[in-house]
Amino acid sequence: MADIITLKDIYKRYFIGKSNELEVIHGIGLSVAEGEFVSIVGESGSGKSTLMNIIGALDRPTEGTYFLDGVNVAALSQDELSLARKMKIGFVFQTFNLIGRISARANVELPMTYARMPRKERQERAQHLLEIVGMGDRAKHQPNELSGGQKQRTAIARAMANDPAILLADEPTGALDSETGLKVLDIFRDLNKNHGKTVVLITHSNALAEHSDRIITLKDGVIIGERRGSADRGEDRGEGDAL
Amino acid sequence: MKFLDNFREAIGSLLMNKMRSILTMLGIIIGIGAVIAIMTLGASMTAYITETMSGFGINNITVMMRAKTDEGPVLYMSTGGMNAYKDKDLITEEMMDGLKEEYPDEIKAFSVSEIIGNGQTEKGADYANLSLSGVNPEYITANNLTLIRGRFINDQDEAVGRRLAVVSDKLVSNIFGDENPLGQEIIIRTQNHIDNYTIVGVYEYSSGNNIMLGAVMASSSSDYDVSTDVYIPLSVAKKVMNTKGYSSFTVVTENGINSTEFSKTIESYFSKYYARNEDFGIGTFSMESTVSEITSMMSTISLAIAAIAAISLLVGGIGVMNIMIVSITERTREIGTRKALGATNGEIRMQFIVESVVICLVGGFIGIALGMALGAIGAALLGFTAKATVTSILLSVGVSSAIGVFFGFYPANKAAKMDPIDALRYE
Ligand SMILES: Nc1ncnc2c1ncn2[C@@H]1O[C@H](COP(=O)(O)OP(=O)(O)OP(=O)(O)O)[C@@H](O)[C@H]1O
Ligand SMILES: [Mg+2]
Repeated sequence: MADIITLKDIYKRYFIGKSNELEVIHGIGLSVAEGEFVSIVGESGSGKSTLMNIIGALDRPTEGTYFLDGVNVAALSQDELSLARKMKIGFVFQTFNLIGRISARANVELPMTYARMPRKERQERAQHLLEIVGMGDRAKHQPNELSGGQKQRTAIARAMANDPAILLADEPTGALDSETGLKVLDIFRDLNKNHGKTVVLITHSNALAEHSDRIITLKDGVIIGERRGSADRGEDRGEGDAL
Repeated sequence: MKFLDNFREAIGSLLMNKMRSILTMLGIIIGIGAVIAIMTLGASMTAYITETMSGFGINNITVMMRAKTDEGPVLYMSTGGMNAYKDKDLITEEMMDGLKEEYPDEIKAFSVSEIIGNGQTEKGADYANLSLSGVNPEYITANNLTLIRGRFINDQDEAVGRRLAVVSDKLVSNIFGDENPLGQEIIIRTQNHIDNYTIVGVYEYSSGNNIMLGAVMASSSSDYDVSTDVYIPLSVAKKVMNTKGYSSFTVVTENGINSTEFSKTIESYFSKYYARNEDFGIGTFSMESTVSEITSMMSTISLAIAAIAAISLLVGGIGVMNIMIVSITERTREIGTRKALGATNGEIRMQFIVESVVICLVGGFIGIALGMALGAIGAALLGFTAKATVTSILLSVGVSSAIGVFFGFYPANKAAKMDPIDALRYE
């Protein structure tokens, strides 16, 4: 399958030109195929989030090229980056980042609002997406009335709003207990398998990472290891299986 | 993101912090409220003045004797305090003829009156209060009287000295009811005289056309007791009063003459006659100058209140800006999230500008309601009918929105320019 994400020789430096200049990514090359489920693991401070932000078009690399769905991200304007984030990428954060004063459904509607989808249509789609993640009966609830797992399901539904090709999740289970985390991971696997989404997942848990097609290990801003996960070996098919 | 979505979100975030929103709006509410209150009051007052004074022709200049000890402008003819004058102090026909000769292009006519005094006429158990005056034939035009029956006093009546009277419809309804008053004799009793007159005409009474304006403004008597003018020929009145001149008369100017300026000319004309008179001089009073005096007084007050309102709106605007900065800082993560979800910088900016405009507009609307209520209460206390002006409301809405945009722009722009990653990482 074609690569949807292609990173070549990516460097990221902070405080450029100052005495405390800091290079946190040292020439990473990485390709992710369409429909692939990739996990990124590595110790704290190894540069996982930094890399994820580059992949998500939230940040631009200091050096190197990044092709997202065939488009060179380095050449995009601010508004074009917004457009890429809106239509091609769905973000899921460790801290959920739901907007507090509005209902779960309104949160899911938000990316569709930015895509100027008519109100009625986006309400129906938001409801539908919430049902996919098992939150259909909680659509009217505000985030502070939801459990952590429910919040993250809502956030996943929101990431799916504009039907992006790629889902990026930065430690989506980090704030959840392991059982709830596993359920959330199941949703990602379902979206990957049954809805064809490319998933890039950052996690601290090697056990969770095992469920993906490919596991990439980062250390001090470089890739130090790459191996196949159990999902790719066909040992991890089927729902609700234990760790 | 569409405007309506922004609007909905803005309302939502206002409702989140109701107390804070209200406090933020306070400056705007006070500023707009003050503007609306004063504009409502001003409009009501102007309407009242125009209505009350419309009986007085705009082309008229009233010329009257005035004690030299009096200071300031003469607003109303006052009979009190004028009793001390002697025949030598009065305005003579020669003086008036001289004025007319000197300014034939400016003067259309003189309307002259001689007040005999307040009195009453009775018929059976019915009575009518009145104020008896002798007037010349020009009086009717100079004072915009509307004749509804019969005729007014004419030159022949003056020459012959007929004992005729023109009365108000009010007097007629008091004592004659539906009976035809024309040709009827009435006995009029004033302080020092009792005489009978034949009614030849009836004019339409309106509170504006009393000869003694002051008396009407102060009157709180019942409708039945209201005193109206009874006009008799000037020559008759002069005989009754045995006077050699006039204490006042009205100059009807030709159209297009600036009565404020011509008033000064008249005063200087008379000053030569009164230069050596120690007690009296001549003062003038014109509708135009009175209205412009009141208008300029109103606009001074308005200006003062507008200044207060402007300061209040400025402080209010700064308050809105401050709260927007606080709100944006609090919502940094939200802004980062929105950007990650695909919001453009422009959409973030618009969201916060709309929010700021909504705060100001809601404040503005509360201010309009409050100001209108205050203006109406003020107008009621002063005895005017409240008149809200559409201009002032449109102006307030415009000013509120403008403040919202102006003071919202900086915080909104700050939000728009946030780096999404920094914003998402914000603790
Ligand atoms: N804006 C920044 N300015 C300076 N240094 C930064 C900035 N963002 C990240 N870094 C540094 O880059 C390095 C990598 O950070 P990053 O957040 O990518 O780590 P991570 O692998 O996601 O760690 P964790 O597992 O704890 O989330 C860290 O040393 C961090 O201090
Ligand atoms: Mg991280």
